[in-house]
Amino acid sequence: MTALTRQVTEIQSPTIEYGLLAPMLVVFGAAVLGVLVEAFLPRRVRYPVQVVLSLGALAVALGMVVTLADRVEVAAEGSVAIDGPTLFIQGTVLALSLLSVLLFAERRVDPGGDAFASAASSLPGSEDERTLTAQRVQQTEVYPLVMFSIGGMLLFPASNDLLTMFVALEVLSFPLYLLCGMARRRRLLSQEAAVKYFLLGSFSSAFFIYGVALLYGYAGSVRLSDIDRAVSEQVGSEGLLLAGVALLTVGLLFKIAAVPFHAWTPDVYQGAPTPVTGFMAACTKIAAFGALLRVLYVGLGGLRLDWQPLLWAIAILTMVVGAVVALTQSDVKRMLAYSSIAHAGFVLTGMVVVEPAGISSVLFYLAAYGFATVGAFAVVSLVRDAGGEATHLSRWAGLAKRSPLVAGVFTLFLLAFAGIPLTSGFVGKLVVFLAAWQGGAWPLVLVAVLASAVAAFFYVRVIVLMYFSEPAPEGPTVAVPSPLTAAAIGLGALVTVGLGVAPAPLLTLAEQAAVFVR
Amino acid sequence: MSALTTLDVRAVEPVATAGGVYAWTFLLIAFPALGALVLLLGGRRTDRIGHVVGTLASLASFVVAALLFVDMLGRAAEDRAVNQPLFDWLPAAGLQVSVGLLLDPLSMAFVLLITGVGTLIHVYSIGYMQHDPRRRRFFGYLNLFVAAMLLLVLADDYLVLYVGWEGVGLASYLLIGFWQHKNSAAVAAKKAFVVNRVGDMGMTLAVMAMFAVFGTTAFSGVLGGADQVSEGWLTVIGLLLLLAACGKSAQFPLQSWLLDAMEGPTPVSALIHAATMVTAGVYLIVRSGAIYAGAPLAQTAVVVVGTITLVMGAIIGCAKDDIKRVLAGSTMSQIGYMVLAAGLGPAGYAFAIFHLLTHGFFKANLFLGAGSVMHAMDDEVDMRRYGGLRRYLPLTFLTFAAGYLAIIGVPPFAGFWSKDRIIEAAFADNLLVGTCALLGAGITAFYMTRLMLMTWFSERRWKPDVHAHESPLVMTLPLLALGLLSLVGGAAMLWTAGGIVEWLEPVVGEEEHALPFPVWVLTAATLVVIVAGVALAWMRYGREQVARTAPTRVSFATTAARRDLYGDAVNEVALMRPGQRLTGSLVYADSRGLDRAVNGVAALMGGSSGLLRRVQTGFVRSYALSMLGGTVLVVVALLSVRLS
Repeated sequence: MTALTRQVTEIQSPTIEYGLLAPMLVVFGAAVLGVLVEAFLPRRVRYPVQVVLSLGALAVALGMVVTLADRVEVAAEGSVAIDGPTLFIQGTVLALSLLSVLLFAERRVDPGGDAFASAASSLPGSEDERTLTAQRVQQTEVYPLVMFSIGGMLLFPASNDLLTMFVALEVLSFPLYLLCGMARRRRLLSQEAAVKYFLLGSFSSAFFIYGVALLYGYAGSVRLSDIDRAVSEQVGSEGLLLAGVALLTVGLLFKIAAVPFHAWTPDVYQGAPTPVTGFMAACTKIAAFGALLRVLYVGLGGLRLDWQPLLWAIAILTMVVGAVVALTQSDVKRMLAYSSIAHAGFVLTGMVVVEPAGISSVLFYLAAYGFATVGAFAVVSLVRDAGGEATHLSRWAGLAKRSPLVAGVFTLFLLAFAGIPLTSGFVGKLVVFLAAWQGGAWPLVLVAVLASAVAAFFYVRVIVLMYFSEPAPEGPTVAVPSPLTAAAIGLGALVTVGLGVAPAPLLTLAEQAAVFVR
Repeated sequence: MSALTTLDVRAVEPVATAGGVYAWTFLLIAFPALGALVLLLGGRRTDRIGHVVGTLASLASFVVAALLFVDMLGRAAEDRAVNQPLFDWLPAAGLQVSVGLLLDPLSMAFVLLITGVGTLIHVYSIGYMQHDPRRRRFFGYLNLFVAAMLLLVLADDYLVLYVGWEGVGLASYLLIGFWQHKNSAAVAAKKAFVVNRVGDMGMTLAVMAMFAVFGTTAFSGVLGGADQVSEGWLTVIGLLLLLAACGKSAQFPLQSWLLDAMEGPTPVSALIHAATMVTAGVYLIVRSGAIYAGAPLAQTAVVVVGTITLVMGAIIGCAKDDIKRVLAGSTMSQIGYMVLAAGLGPAGYAFAIFHLLTHGFFKANLFLGAGSVMHAMDDEVDMRRYGGLRRYLPLTFLTFAAGYLAIIGVPPFAGFWSKDRIIEAAFADNLLVGTCALLGAGITAFYMTRLMLMTWFSERRWKPDVHAHESPLVMTLPLLALGLLSLVGGAAMLWTAGGIVEWLEPVVGEEEHALPFPVWVLTAATLVVIVAGVALAWMRYGREQVARTAPTRVSFATTAARRDLYGDAVNEVALMRPGQRLTGSLVYADSRGLDRAVNGVAALMGGSSGLLRRVQTGFVRSYALSMLGGTVLVVVALLSVRLS
């Protein structure tokens, strides 16, 4: 008995820096509360409570991130790193999540209610489904789900050891798999997307965790700083190390949808409910880039001569395939999916140079891209016909005549994607390409400029279609959104123009943030 | 490269900061920009006053320009360059870009041309677009165009210039495709945009290269530091800038969009061809003189491009029956002259700008005149359906004749003075280039005389229901003004206020050229060639009857010229088809190719592909396989990099 007591006292409780982890704790706490709300509150009050709870938690977390600015520390026994890149990415993800949750909460554009199925478990086309729809049943489980996912995204780029990172990866992914399959319309497509995403996601997770195992075998630790030390001291077998690095990188490249690990993107983006697509395209990608940055720069910086050529090749492939394949897409969500692949390539261009300029340019690009993306998908959710969203591009013909405002805003987002001056996209591309050029990667910049010229073509094609084509006689209508979606689109447009005209504050912030804690 | 970035940068020359009347410089851009904003965002409410607002905005900008010009005339030559910093755009460390305006004699010349001719075109458009329901929008785009072009010529930093550069591209796209109900207009607009994007790529890369080499993109840093940079880098930057100029100025090999751009309303053609857009390339080359000074190879390339284009444009002009396309061919050719002159370095810069200005007068005159003719002939553009119009549109005829005499270079009309000097400079540089320039003058005389004869003289070949009439005063007044400028503009610029060459000298420098023979011999030879061209055209189109439909049995040369010397065909074979094939194959590989590969592998391993097809998950298997393949590649690549 006494022996046991002694043993118990010898186990030291870990020190947890609650202050540093507060943003994540708030988000996870709200997610858990959300589950309780689902269990105990009557159905009719759940919606307002969930929306207020989620938005409130996100806003509080964002405020906490702001107060944490300038902190450079390692927390939770070394498994979480709170530094410039972490906080910048957490802030960006939280801001974009706020916009996304606004879109989740939209209940006015679809006659059936929100964008999600009345009950995800009901069989598509079944009697059950029809009854639920007729009763206008709306579920609110999506809010805790998205909050869990956001929590994972906050932890993902902050993980200082590979196991924490793996847990964060799974925490952010699982709710997403579910959310993808919950579309109210075209449910089979949505469920197929969810299954595909789940299968391929688990496949990539397997690569990731196998890579972690190999690296543990090499370095004897999963902590990034230990791996870095082991690399510089050259302990153990190189084969083990390099194979581990390769598999780990593959797992991360999957999440950012780099070629050749991009195949899931168009199908999943097309099938998922549009608010979820916007959320995934912006937040998941940003969080995954944060994690990739940390792994490559902090853990594997000593190996950069090994992974740089690889990243070059993947960046080139990603830009070219993304831009070229997007040319022939006829569905606006698929087109945006390929465009997001191309953008991943542009971001990789800034990452290959292991310099602070590379980090800060990537951070800026991600923020610029995220706001335009959420805004663009929000616009997509407004253009509808009897069957739900009219995503086929031919249906968008002459949209400017029907709704000049919506067409104008969408044009703004497309111009930002194309990198036309006075939009955020231009400044983003400029800083990324400049960083790459200065780091000596000028061939990569050459390809990037070519790819962005190709990409500009298909963005312009949509603009031409909206402005210079005759509208179809029974074309889609533009739904009048509630203030929620309007706010999301408005903020997206505002930031897109703001970062184009006056990018200085955010650029400065990104520059100050470009230091990793080790 | 890092050694180069730390290169210390010396300013070109001390530039005064804006004070006094120069504090108004930003108003030049602000007026038309505000006009565009009001008209495009104002919606239907501004429909009734749209044309007035648009014209006043442009006029106000011209008045400011005139005031600034008068003040600048009163200053000593070395005090004429004035800088007005506006705000810091990208003040991040490592990349400092502040938006500022640079008003010096070179940009002053452009500003006067853009706002002056631009305002006349605005006035003319009031009449020309009177019955168009979207006239307000048209004026909004015109203002946008003028604002973007002014930003382009007033920027003091290549990156800011690039913003104006893209703005010009966007505005031209909107204007060329203005009559969107015409499919040809939409196609032409897209073509202009895409071809311009190719040129813009040159601009983007040039800016990147400048930043990498000089550490800045400001004119002061780049042009001031040019003499301390290796010739290789200067050549690269010079060639990239040339590519950019080719796109905007429709020079070989990026000329194809200009001829199609005729699909826009005629005032747009006048604006694009005379005052804005196509002159941007010439401006870029002249402005970047310090770079070309250290890159003889790039300079030679500029001369070659200019020479090829001037001959090509002239040949295309000979074979067209569409009056606007003949004029478009002539623009190509005349801009070719300017680019050629700009390629000659300080010996030619001033003449390039001189010709650009006189060309601005007479080309705007000719285009607006053609618009007046079309107005009278129910929008007919086929010259084979014109004839004998001089009696029905006397005012237009008079002004058009002035433009005609100016473009073919008859003394004392404006074009004579400027073109003659370019031919001189070309001969001083190289006999072959000079001969091409001389030949071009002859061909110009031929096709312009052809245009004159087919339109104004010869017998009536109109469609039966046409009632030709003179245009209203609001259209003929600008024509009269431009006709007058076509007559006296050249001589005036050469001999008043010290002359244009001296005016530009502080910016572009000056260099005497030595001709192998006396100047009067060359002038006489030029006039002989011009007379020969006119005579040839008269024999072919004045003495003989003009057919109402274009003859189909024509020589190979005519066919080639009618098809724009196969510019589109070359584009298609060299760019479009491979591009489409690449797209097609990538899409194929992305969707079906992998699936086939999977099926093939499956069959190889003894399983039946039918079994695989029955699996309900659709293509997940092929996606997973592609991931696996990618992973194997990544592993192998990483290992092989280390082991090799």
